[in-house]
Amino acid sequence: MSEGLKLKVERRDGLAVIYTDGYINNQGGEEIAEAAYGLLDEGFRTLLLNLASTKIVNSIGISILIEIIEKMIEVEGRLSFCNLTPTIEKTFHIMGLAQYASIFPDEQAAAAELQAGAS
Amino acid sequence: MSELGVLEETHLTFRLAPEMELEVRACACEVAKSIRMSTDKVEEVGMAVVEACINAIEHSRAEDGKLHLEFAVLGSAEAEEPRVLRITIQDQGVGFDRAKLVPPSIEENLKSIRKRGWGLKIIEGLMDEVNVLSGEGGTSVVMSKVL
Repeated sequence: MSEGLKLKVERRDGLAVIYTDGYINNQGGEEIAEAAYGLLDEGFRTLLLNLASTKIVNSIGISILIEIIEKMIEVEGRLSFCNLTPTIEKTFHIMGLAQYASIFPDEQAAAAELQAGAS
Repeated sequence: MSELGVLEETHLTFRLAPEMELEVRACACEVAKSIRMSTDKVEEVGMAVVEACINAIEHSRAEDGKLHLEFAVLGSAEAEEPRVLRITIQDQGVGFDRAKLVPPSIEENLKSIRKRGWGLKIIEGLMDEVNVLSGEGGTSVVMSKVL
């Protein structure tokens, strides 16, 4: 059994970054959703998921990420990703997620664009 | 790929259970690494295997509760050089009618409550060749990756 997903959240000017560490399956996806919806309740509309420490995802976990994207569209917010492994990035492209969520190579590139847009 | 012969073959059986996909993934990645597949391709094989396992866990309803795997390394018999990794993932469950599957799309997903059904599309996107055989005797997913 995996140890489960660990999450850390950083709040900055107009941007909240969720750091994931571990396997994003159904349980991990639900934990990300809970964190994301909590940040929306706090007023954040620009969220960045940093997957630097996540090497494995599955389609159930990604389906929950799609729910978060749907919610972000509803509230005119934005969910983005950074530090994806090449396979996770390819999978997101296969599914078409990249049309609705930006993918950045690293956090610096993401923050530069997202914080400029959020301010 | 049909002109290639089998250089090595390994058979394994796993009990269908939550997170067994991680054990199967680890085995698939080890086999892929052992034939010097590139790191990116090893990861793609791992992800495809995870999706095939999840489909079996969720949908097979296999009475024996097991998943049968075959890892075959294919290559030309003369050179004995690995060219293709072929993985067969087989359950003895109820099977499904592929003609009734609606291909998923992100646009439809965003509008509907159901956001699932991506497994096969992901497998087909990550592997070079995929064949699915399904019927009353169960389902076999045969997926190949060229080195």
